[in-house]
Amino acid sequence: MTRRTPDVAPVTWLGMPAFPANAKVQLANDRQRANLTHATRTIRAKRAAVVSEVDDWEQLRLAGAAIKDRTLRHLDTYLVEFEKKLKAAGATVHWARDAAEANQVVIDVTRAAGADEVVKVKSMATQEIELNEALEEAGIAAWETDLAELIVQLGHDSPSHILVPAIHRNRSEIREIFLTEMGRYGRAAPDDLTDDPGRLAEAARIHLREKFLRAKVAVSGANFAVAETGTLVVVESEGNGRMCLTLPETLITVVGIEKVLPTFADLEVFLKLLPRSSTGERMNPYTTMWTGAHGLDGPRDVHVVLVDNGRTNALADQFGRQVLRCIRCSACLNICPVYERVGGHAYGSVYPGPIGAVLTPQLRGHTEAIDASLPFASSLCGACFDVCPVRIEIPDLLVHLRRQVVDEHKRGGLGLERLAMGVLGEVMGNPHSLRAAQIASTLAGKLPIPGIGRKLPGPGASAWTTSRDLPMPAAETFTQWWRKRSDAPGTDEEPDR
Amino acid sequence: MSARDEILGRIRGALADVGEPDPARDVVLDWNYGQPLPMDDVIARFVQRVEDYRAEVVRADEAALPGQITAVLQRHGATAVVVPAGLPEAWRDAAGAAADVVVEQRRQPLPHDELNRIDAVVTASRVSIAETGTIVLDHAPDQGRRALSLVPDLHLCVVREGDVVSDVGEAVGLLGISVASHRPLTWISGPSATSDIELNRVEGVHGPRTLVVLLVG
Repeated sequence: MTRRTPDVAPVTWLGMPAFPANAKVQLANDRQRANLTHATRTIRAKRAAVVSEVDDWEQLRLAGAAIKDRTLRHLDTYLVEFEKKLKAAGATVHWARDAAEANQVVIDVTRAAGADEVVKVKSMATQEIELNEALEEAGIAAWETDLAELIVQLGHDSPSHILVPAIHRNRSEIREIFLTEMGRYGRAAPDDLTDDPGRLAEAARIHLREKFLRAKVAVSGANFAVAETGTLVVVESEGNGRMCLTLPETLITVVGIEKVLPTFADLEVFLKLLPRSSTGERMNPYTTMWTGAHGLDGPRDVHVVLVDNGRTNALADQFGRQVLRCIRCSACLNICPVYERVGGHAYGSVYPGPIGAVLTPQLRGHTEAIDASLPFASSLCGACFDVCPVRIEIPDLLVHLRRQVVDEHKRGGLGLERLAMGVLGEVMGNPHSLRAAQIASTLAGKLPIPGIGRKLPGPGASAWTTSRDLPMPAAETFTQWWRKRSDAPGTDEEPDR
Repeated sequence: MSARDEILGRIRGALADVGEPDPARDVVLDWNYGQPLPMDDVIARFVQRVEDYRAEVVRADEAALPGQITAVLQRHGATAVVVPAGLPEAWRDAAGAAADVVVEQRRQPLPHDELNRIDAVVTASRVSIAETGTIVLDHAPDQGRRALSLVPDLHLCVVREGDVVSDVGEAVGLLGISVASHRPLTWISGPSATSDIELNRVEGVHGPRTLVVLLVG
């Protein structure tokens, strides 16, 4: 059977190389690095400006963390209440232990609606469960409708940022993708398309409008799910969300079980925290809230899929469970010096950056090399905690997870940290190698090629420093200096040789 | 075992360390809900913030409002306008003075492609937020169903000064009633926008590319 949606480069996180190897590949992409630097700096500045306007920002963060902790520590109670309210409002509730079960629900509901395509609102949960490929295998076409997700989908690509998934693409690449691909999957881009962002957005508007108008089924995620009322909330900018949530007859919303909030009033806190932390706006252009089905206003057949897929693993760790407070704002990505340099693809997960480094290993476990390496993909600088709107202690979680990974590998074989320490131990433990390494280091510092001197020589160490600059090595080693000093006239101390 | 029972069982197992059964006692929350944000002039702040989003604000008193509806529609060259059945008659007639008007009855929604051929929509609103420049619709009869204020490219939205509150907390407090009666809500802060291409803000993607706020004092 021929594919209905653009083929994607096969991404299997299983067996993926560990973070340092991925990072090395990503760092070689100069254009991506330049785009990322521009993008993360711009969003950081916007965020800082709108956060500084809020006098009680710290109280808001504390409230956000407390509401999430309250929910997580009584999650069974709130989920049962949410389910009851949803049913009373005319929605159908499904539960899914894992990705496969969640995908099957979406496939079954879509088929029951007599549809062979769905329009999608950007959603991390559906990316996490790899819904699009599951639908494709079932003969159902899934159309991404967020502009960046459309760029990623038509580009046979994968997202590299939670909020702006096509952050690694620039305007001329986007124009090429639209000109080449749009016509294969629907309305073609106009021949005279330029790389002006306004023209590119217009092309997306026209291409997607016919899909919105004909779609029978939409699939969304949700930013928040209110237990007290059975209300779902989607926060967006472009209006593609409103189109999907309003025009089709059937709506399927895939929600991680941690998205629930106790009361409608709690939204006050999160609607202040999220837009400012995420896009650096006082408020995002559009937010839709719906409570089941609403007669002739919007979808008549409303489904909600509550997904575990590893969340209860994270919940079982008393310190680790705070990761489930995350509201997917991506402030920690934008502030992270590691993310800014390597981008999202190196993290081997739909959740990149600092939050990905602590969330992914808790959702998936850390038996795979990539997952075991994620807690080490950080310099522990702490900036991620400072910007987190729900005060997730990411640096402490990284250390907590590092300990788990090391303990596990101690039992099973050579651990990563032991490997790193082993290399260091070998260099430092042998006086000949130490001297050789020191001299190599000072020589490197004198080389006229910028950059070369700021990488650690040797296997293992060089992978670590590809992505970060070391302080310039001293022009001479201490032993060289001591020898010179003692050789100088008038010095009577003799170094011990 | 059903997926539901298994997930709830996993959750209860994972939370074995939680001794206090009352969530409010278990995690104490220090937050005063629904508080206003002190500001000198709520209306001036609202206007400034809406204009920040490059939406147009037209101010009028009750008597001048119909004339402004006609003028805005004419200025934007609208030829076909849709209005919800619950819109005040004077506003509907004012729209009719500028363009062909389709009145959508609650029980007879227009087919999508018909709605897609209409240039403009005129609606009322429920509550607005000064600090964030946000207008909230609860889709009561004077606002129409959600698709009505989404598909046409120009949205004329009437906001009464008395419905403008200072900040998000106050608005959420007022909207509880709408949600309890299962009304959907649409929060609108400026026209649709994207920053997905090199973080350049482009106003107007899928939702109305032009938002005109008629602020009635």
